[in-house]
Amino acid sequence: MERKNEMLLEFDAISRNEGFARVAVASFVSSLNPTLEEVADIKTAVSEAVTNAIIHGYENLYGYGWPKGGTSGHDGPFAGRTDGDEAGTPADGSDGAGANEDVLIHDGKVRIHCILEGSLLHIEISDQGKGIENVEQAMEPLFTTKPELDRSGMGFAFMEAFMDELQVESAPGKGTKVYMKKRLGQSPWIGGED
Amino acid sequence: MAGVLFFMDDARRLIQFLSMKKKGEAVWKRPRCESMEEFQVIDHCLMIRLPEEVDHHKAGFICEQADQYIFRESVDHVVFDFEDTRFMDSSGVGIIMGRYKKISCFGGKVYILHADKQIRRILKLSGMDKIVEVVEENK
Repeated sequence: MERKNEMLLEFDAISRNEGFARVAVASFVSSLNPTLEEVADIKTAVSEAVTNAIIHGYENLYGYGWPKGGTSGHDGPFAGRTDGDEAGTPADGSDGAGANEDVLIHDGKVRIHCILEGSLLHIEISDQGKGIENVEQAMEPLFTTKPELDRSGMGFAFMEAFMDELQVESAPGKGTKVYMKKRLGQSPWIGGED
Repeated sequence: MAGVLFFMDDARRLIQFLSMKKKGEAVWKRPRCESMEEFQVIDHCLMIRLPEEVDHHKAGFICEQADQYIFRESVDHVVFDFEDTRFMDSSGVGIIMGRYKKISCFGGKVYILHADKQIRRILKLSGMDKIVEVVEENK
């Protein structure tokens, strides 16, 4: 009977945590004595998925205020606020307290769930962000919704290339779940004869 | 054509210098008015020494700085030095791709130095090795 080992990790959706997330997963699998290449593959794949959750799922807005009880189609952290409102608030002398009442501070979390079954690694990375409208299109290499941010659009392509299996579950407004599987200890070296 | 050859020569000289520097044979005098050691403009070449981990968290700063140098100083070519880098993901590809777009329309080239196995693999997977020049190390 293969032994099972499980790990659950939840952290704030800030870009600073990307490094932490991939190192944490790499340490988790280290008990299996993976090769350096396997560790590098896992780190890259985890980094891609976590980065996607932070900048696309949560639109990199951690810590910003979202209007409380706004319509489902809100556009950003300051949707609904106008210049007139901003000019008006200081008159009360309580713009801080007012902000707390009207604005829900965005505190999205990214969740990593790893299960080791023998030499098989399952990773599930999920967020509660805005979700993906067209998963098939999102998975196309070079497709990106944020070209202005110097994104390459290779995230899902890398996850697919570096892991054995990739499944993406997502719907607009429902968050995204990325499931990846990799068998350790027998991976061929992809894409390099040098 | 002569101009292009001249710039090509610059880049080659720079690369030669870098391989000597690695062996500890050359001492390079830092050019004037440089605030960051990671970014240097030498003979119209922008040299970017990338950090240990190139991910989305670091990418924003690198892109911003690199673009400032490209626009402020007349940069023809961009050289990415991966000597210190142990990890790179698709954000790194985004950095290279973005800089390539900015300078290739003026005939500029992108060079990549000291890329390790994993980084070469990522460049190959993303097809970047077709548009940038990955400089082989001569040992």
